[in-house]
Amino acid sequence: MRNRFVETTADLLDHDPRLAVVLAEITAAAFEPVAARHPDRVINVGIREQLLISAAGGLALTGLRPIVHTISSFLIERPFEQIKLDLNHLDVGAVLVGVGASYDVAAGGRTHQSPGDVALLDTLPGWTVHVPGHADEAEALLRHAAADGDSRVYLRLSTQVNAAARPVAPGRFATVRTGRAAVVLAVGPMLDPVLAATEGLDVTVLYASTVRPFDDAGLRAAVGAASAEIVLVEPYLAGTSVPQVARALAAAPHRTLALGVRHEELRRYGTPDDHARLHGLDPAGLRAAISAFLPVHAG
Amino acid sequence: MNATALRGYDDLRPLLSLMTGDEKHDPASISTLDAIWVLYDRVLRVSPATADAQDRDWFLLSKGHGPSAYYAVLTAKGFLDPADLAGFGGIDSALGHHPDRTLLPGVEISSGSLGHGLPIGLGVALGLKAQGLGSQVWVLVGDAELGEGSNHEAIALAGALGLDNLHVVVVDNRSDTHGWPGGIAARFVVEGWAAEEVDGRDHGLLAAAYTREHGGQPLVVVAHVESKK
Repeated sequence: MRNRFVETTADLLDHDPRLAVVLAEITAAAFEPVAARHPDRVINVGIREQLLISAAGGLALTGLRPIVHTISSFLIERPFEQIKLDLNHLDVGAVLVGVGASYDVAAGGRTHQSPGDVALLDTLPGWTVHVPGHADEAEALLRHAAADGDSRVYLRLSTQVNAAARPVAPGRFATVRTGRAAVVLAVGPMLDPVLAATEGLDVTVLYASTVRPFDDAGLRAAVGAASAEIVLVEPYLAGTSVPQVARALAAAPHRTLALGVRHEELRRYGTPDDHARLHGLDPAGLRAAISAFLPVHAG
Repeated sequence: MNATALRGYDDLRPLLSLMTGDEKHDPASISTLDAIWVLYDRVLRVSPATADAQDRDWFLLSKGHGPSAYYAVLTAKGFLDPADLAGFGGIDSALGHHPDRTLLPGVEISSGSLGHGLPIGLGVALGLKAQGLGSQVWVLVGDAELGEGSNHEAIALAGALGLDNLHVVVVDNRSDTHGWPGGIAARFVVEGWAAEEVDGRDHGLLAAAYTREHGGQPLVVVAHVESKK
């Protein structure tokens, strides 16, 4: 996804003079060709992440639309007050593009992991959050975000991907499979593990490549055709979207199982697959959790 | 009082009194008064009529705490209505104890949390250059505010880039508990900035420092005022 991000951004900069890229060393080498073409609109601030966000806010004040990029932990968590004040409170827009979501950098340890990023952004109003599950989706969502006025967008790129791209309609959930016993909402890279985990189960599978705004109507429509048993499978902190589910289904009795990255620090290295297994997000772990949650007749 | 009559420096203290209810103002609360006044009176190319013009100059009050001097200058220059000053900090007032740019004409940034204005100003300066605009950017910070590390990220990059449309006024009332050994200006000079140190109450010296040549370098003006302590 990162390569596609660089290629797409280069093309966008060539065609839209309003766009600028702000980097903090990460991926700067890959941007050198486009920086040579647009030296005033590709800015590498060095290892200075507070400045990364504040400078983007300043660029936006002058009318530009900044695309701001680094590893998610240093993009969202480290400069969070800058996001709160120098984007939200200044009331300016930006497209934040993070890489290394959750446990992509498993061997890097906790310093390079930020499974709380979406939950943290949820404390601020008005953010659009895209979680693509494939490079094609990432490109489509980036192009949409770049042209989306002065909105504030977080595009959460990951090395965890699904085998096939899905058509993306920003802000809308897609129905991948239909069933009667439950609605399983798979976010971004969680789709393939969810499809494997629910093989043979009588459940609806919804796919979300955009989680904010949350497609309340899409979830309600899916529930209308199935039992109000909801399984959330998110590639970031478990339970992040529980408030959205509660709001969407406020008028309907329902149960919710929230699966995702667990709160406890693992203090383990290894691979993303190792971490998926330890967080119960591999097909076997998901299958066990979902089966235990569903009414006995569902299988 | 009406807006058109309030044009001079001598009108600032009566305007301040509308906000505070006091006739006297302690030096700390108006430490920024002269530095801001001279900028608006002699340097910045911006007026109420051009507050949204693309080619205006920009003033960013980073030290958003204690903005009454700023509001007084904006009122004297016609951006704000003197009738609004009495509501300062009230529920129906647009004039908060920290400014909100979305509520006030002529206010470029919302500030209050320290260490944001200079990094934002760097982005504004880059954005103006990227669009071929010759506008100048001025940021006012306090000496204690320089303790925030975010300032030093911006000082280093602005110097490295030779961002000569960026200017910083440091109003130094020696309020930083630990001080700045070697001086504040030195922190900028070592990163490649041009620097001036002046009496922050002397309008002629302030104006001279503000308007000095500094081709290829960002400029810092350290304006010394009475110690807070």
